[in-house]
Amino acid sequence: MNDYRRGAEVARPNALSDVLVIARLALQEAVRRRVLTVVGILTLLSGGLYLVGCLSLKQNVGGILDTETIKPIVPATLLGLASFSTLFLGSVLSVFLTASAVRGDVDRGLVQPLVVRPVGRNAYLGGRALAAAVVSCSYVLIVSVFATIVTRLIFDNLPPSAWQVVPRLVVGVLVVTSLTMLVSCMLSTVATGISVLMAYGAGLIAGVLGQIGQSLNAHTLAHIAQVVSWLLPFEGMYRDALQKLSPSGPLGQLVQLGPLGGANSGGIGLWVFTAAYIVACGLLASWRFGKADL
Amino acid sequence: MSETAEPFLRARGLTKSYRATMALRGVDIDVGAGEVVGLLGPNGAGKSTLTKLLCGLVRADSGTATIGGSPAGSTPARSRIGYLAELFRFPGWATAEEVLTTHQRLVHRPAADPAAERQALLSEVGLGHAAATRVEAMSKGMQQRLGLAQALIGGPSLLLLDEPTSALDPAGRHTVREVLARARDRGTAVLLNTHLLGEVELLADRVVLIDAGKVVAAGSVAELTAIHGVTIETDEGRVDHPDISRDKIPALVKKLIRDGRSIYAVEPHHSTLEDLYLELVGDRETQR
Repeated sequence: MNDYRRGAEVARPNALSDVLVIARLALQEAVRRRVLTVVGILTLLSGGLYLVGCLSLKQNVGGILDTETIKPIVPATLLGLASFSTLFLGSVLSVFLTASAVRGDVDRGLVQPLVVRPVGRNAYLGGRALAAAVVSCSYVLIVSVFATIVTRLIFDNLPPSAWQVVPRLVVGVLVVTSLTMLVSCMLSTVATGISVLMAYGAGLIAGVLGQIGQSLNAHTLAHIAQVVSWLLPFEGMYRDALQKLSPSGPLGQLVQLGPLGGANSGGIGLWVFTAAYIVACGLLASWRFGKADL
Repeated sequence: MSETAEPFLRARGLTKSYRATMALRGVDIDVGAGEVVGLLGPNGAGKSTLTKLLCGLVRADSGTATIGGSPAGSTPARSRIGYLAELFRFPGWATAEEVLTTHQRLVHRPAADPAAERQALLSEVGLGHAAATRVEAMSKGMQQRLGLAQALIGGPSLLLLDEPTSALDPAGRHTVREVLARARDRGTAVLLNTHLLGEVELLADRVVLIDAGKVVAAGSVAELTAIHGVTIETDEGRVDHPDISRDKIPALVKKLIRDGRSIYAVEPHHSTLEDLYLELVGDRETQR
């Protein structure tokens, strides 16, 4: 026995510890590859743009905004736009961090040296998902909180349920992360990225269709949007978030008619379904990765 | 390996197919503690599939394999192996030290002094100077040495090495042979999958030759390269006796002398692993 091994014993397997080691490895890569630096700088820039936009709006049309009729609409509309861009950018971040997690990294030979260790495949999946979720959810959390605070400070007004948007966006990006993990068990890096982002786009388009359907009283369009919201619950969460921003009464109709998808309340059922959806994605990914030949 | 001892690695009747392609067709293989077994065969013979199957990267269709008594691929089995894949990569941004640290955290057999283990392993594979070098700045040979150091983490009882010297220069190959010889001396079982017959002749205690998913020859290097046939030069000229075995040569010479022949030279036919390989396998690349 070598001297450095003297006294060493076989440690009991600790799945949580293994997950954290893999997550740490993925996060280290994000730091070393300057992913987080770039994201941080661009987020500061886009946050600055949002701030400038809000200030400019306040300065130029401040008089109109002060009327009681219009006052609630502006912050709701701005936060609706911010919610869209936050969820979109958070989803892009998540997809880029996760698209190569399984098949892509298996093809590159990065995974095999790790999963032949006692760590196992589930811990590997869990670690990669945890790292992507921590980064993308933190991003969405920070940006949406920032946007809400800036809006409140500048307009001195917020929709009553504005803070309830934040957890919905965070869960929305969590759905995207779990979906990307699942798809990355089946497809190569590029195919995973393209398919998840196209699904994301399809979800948003379905939201717009639903809103058109509601406006024109076209039940088929509304039904399509409803089905897609359940199939892709990040879209359901986004629409539920918009609902929280919508002012009550006739004014609310104006905000709901925004161009980026319509507000729609999902209720508690959406939360339960979304939790089950994320768990199902994880189980399917585990099953698929577990039986794959590497 | 002793005749009675249970081999550390034992596989029986392993089969594996990839859709219509049969990669393994009932492979039996044993590797004992402190034994180096060379796994030879042409490209596509099933060597890498066998190695992957033993470390749990690939599932067998049928057959059994145990490592230290535990099913191959199970957590207890994986905790006792060190594996170097033929095509592997470490994160380019990581230093050699960081790669080894990550694997130390995952190995479940932590060293009493992890830093000393890392330094010792890097020195053992000739990378003592490169602890802080990023993988992306390393040559292919350096990465292969790092891969070997990674496989040695945790003091594995079984090393599964798939082409561990394919990117190494002669000095690097010499280093790897020394590393493996030391591992054998410590009682580590080694399954060495390689195309380099000379390496196997120098290092392996036994050889398993595999072709088209089947074992076509197995035995010690001495057994497989045993003298077979002899050329005898007499006053009547040189005559080949290709089918005669080593133990029959003295009797043949005596008979020739009794028959009045003058013997000028007796040249036993020395077989090499290459001869055996070419005889049993040939050149599969051109046969396809």
